[in-house]
Amino acid sequence: MTVLRTEPRLADPDGFYAALMEAHRDLDEAASRRLDARLVILLANHIGDDAVLREAIALARAAGGGGAAPDAER
Amino acid sequence: MPSSHVCPRYAYRRPAALDGPGRAEDARVVVVGGGVVGLTLALDLARRGVASVLLDEDDTVSVGSRAICWAKRTLEIYDRLGLGQRFLEKGVTWNTGRVFFRDAEAYSFDLLPEQGHAYPAFVNLQQYYVEEWLVEACAATGLVDLRWRNRAAAIENRPDGPLLTVETPDGAYSLRAGWLLACDGARSGIRQALGLPFVGQVFRDRFLIADVRMDLPYPAERRFWFDPPFHPGKTVLLHRQADGEWRMDFQLDADSDPEAERRPERVEARLRAMLGPDVPVGIGWASVYTFRCRRLERFRHGRTFFVGDSAHQVSPFGARGGNSGVQDADNLGWKLAAVLEGGAPEPLLDSYDAERGPAADENILHSSRSTDFITPKSGAALAYRDAVLELAETHALARPLVNSGRLSRPTVLAGSPLSTPDGGAPPAALPTGSPPVDAPVLRDGRPDWLLRHLNTGGRFTLLAFDETGLRAPPAPPGVDLVVVAEREAAPGHLPGVLVDHSGLAARRWGCVPGEALLLRPDGHVAAGFRAPTPEAVRSAHARALGNAVAAAAA
Repeated sequence: MTVLRTEPRLADPDGFYAALMEAHRDLDEAASRRLDARLVILLANHIGDDAVLREAIALARAAGGGGAAPDAER
Repeated sequence: MPSSHVCPRYAYRRPAALDGPGRAEDARVVVVGGGVVGLTLALDLARRGVASVLLDEDDTVSVGSRAICWAKRTLEIYDRLGLGQRFLEKGVTWNTGRVFFRDAEAYSFDLLPEQGHAYPAFVNLQQYYVEEWLVEACAATGLVDLRWRNRAAAIENRPDGPLLTVETPDGAYSLRAGWLLACDGARSGIRQALGLPFVGQVFRDRFLIADVRMDLPYPAERRFWFDPPFHPGKTVLLHRQADGEWRMDFQLDADSDPEAERRPERVEARLRAMLGPDVPVGIGWASVYTFRCRRLERFRHGRTFFVGDSAHQVSPFGARGGNSGVQDADNLGWKLAAVLEGGAPEPLLDSYDAERGPAADENILHSSRSTDFITPKSGAALAYRDAVLELAETHALARPLVNSGRLSRPTVLAGSPLSTPDGGAPPAALPTGSPPVDAPVLRDGRPDWLLRHLNTGGRFTLLAFDETGLRAPPAPPGVDLVVVAEREAAPGHLPGVLVDHSGLAARRWGCVPGEALLLRPDGHVAAGFRAPTPEAVRSAHARALGNAVAAAAA
């Protein structure tokens, strides 16, 4: 019942990656972190599907080796 | 310019029991705690004809403004109790919240964007006024025995009712309570004496709260600052109250010194940073607090009930403490009266816990989430909080994420054992468990409010919708009929019928002519009927009074 699409979908992966790096250029640690956060919020609103977002959160957490979030139910 | 308010002193009277046999007394209903919740519950019971003894260890009202934001539902409850207009006259009405981030406004919100309600989203008023009015109103009923400087010092919970030891300036007496209503606040002595665990989340952050008299050119709004230049890295909340007084709330460092922070010169320095050197300020009550979000596992223990902060505690953000306590009282009052005076079965009282427990969970959830947003606990949390605020100014999409407190709304009592399942209910109607909603109506040609005519006399109401009010379903004994008509067949042809001239009543309740809803004495929806029959209404009424077996058999 996967709803999050996980097959490769980006037409220009290198271009996207470069644009992301470019956005972070000259930002300090805190500013970079806020940029990423703004990006997540914009994309989350675009997706707008709670089930997809929760699946993405769980998948991102697991891929970092962190396991399930301890307070995922909160 | 200190506060102009002088707390009244209520006279202690030597209780008769001190001179009676065995220094012992019986009382059918005992309320412990003369704060907002205890006084509200005692008044509600008195309005339903139930007498009570109210014990308070002190002899005055609250010191400082404390609970100040009275929500629409609370105001409607006080309207029923006869105090609503006083809130409107004395308090500060507001509907708008304004959120600032650093040196700019991030956005504002309107909590009551639609017209056609007797009461606004909120009225701000210092708690001591509310308590004073409640004391007056309780005394005027002649049914509330107000005992100041009577401290419930010990309790023994017995099957036939708790036995209290009450201490007074003249010594102690025993008070056997048929029913005990513990309204003695977050530090409840009754709860501690019974050894009941009060568990939940602890927040380390400290906040400075102060009542300040000053002339500010701000309108009556809730103003909330994140990371403002005058208080960097922290939050500030500002509310206008009655008497030209303002409520300031400054977030402090978790390790700040509470004693030092509440000194007037320290408070004034913070205000000067915010307002400049020229605004005259008069600092009244000031206090430094931390808070927890926690609750009792069960709100009923035999014949003892916990009501308000003694049962559950939340952060102040969202005004969910006082308002949920008043809703607790509103929920329990009619049930206790129905059992004591109306012959309802005692298990009806279990529904207090079944309904108000989930309400407490809802309030705690909102309150905890607000607190997590307001006081980020990690670098990631701070980055996300600031990212949301940075986006909010220009992008509406981020505004729903800004959480400076989700302001109190009445709880829908979903899944209540007193509700009749929605099988025969009108398809668009408010679901069972919903609180009542107001609407403008015409009564005998004059503008009026729907809520004023529901549950008068503390009874159940069958709220029926019709074209002209000529067709009315039968209401069983114990249920009052209120008819809302789309229009009048002829001017004045049916006295007392409520005419829904704007159509808002039908729209808000989701009913068309021929449909009806059964409302409990607290106004919440017990059942809906697409085609109300006497049997269906009687059965739903019996169920809402706790007669589940009778309901099944009907």
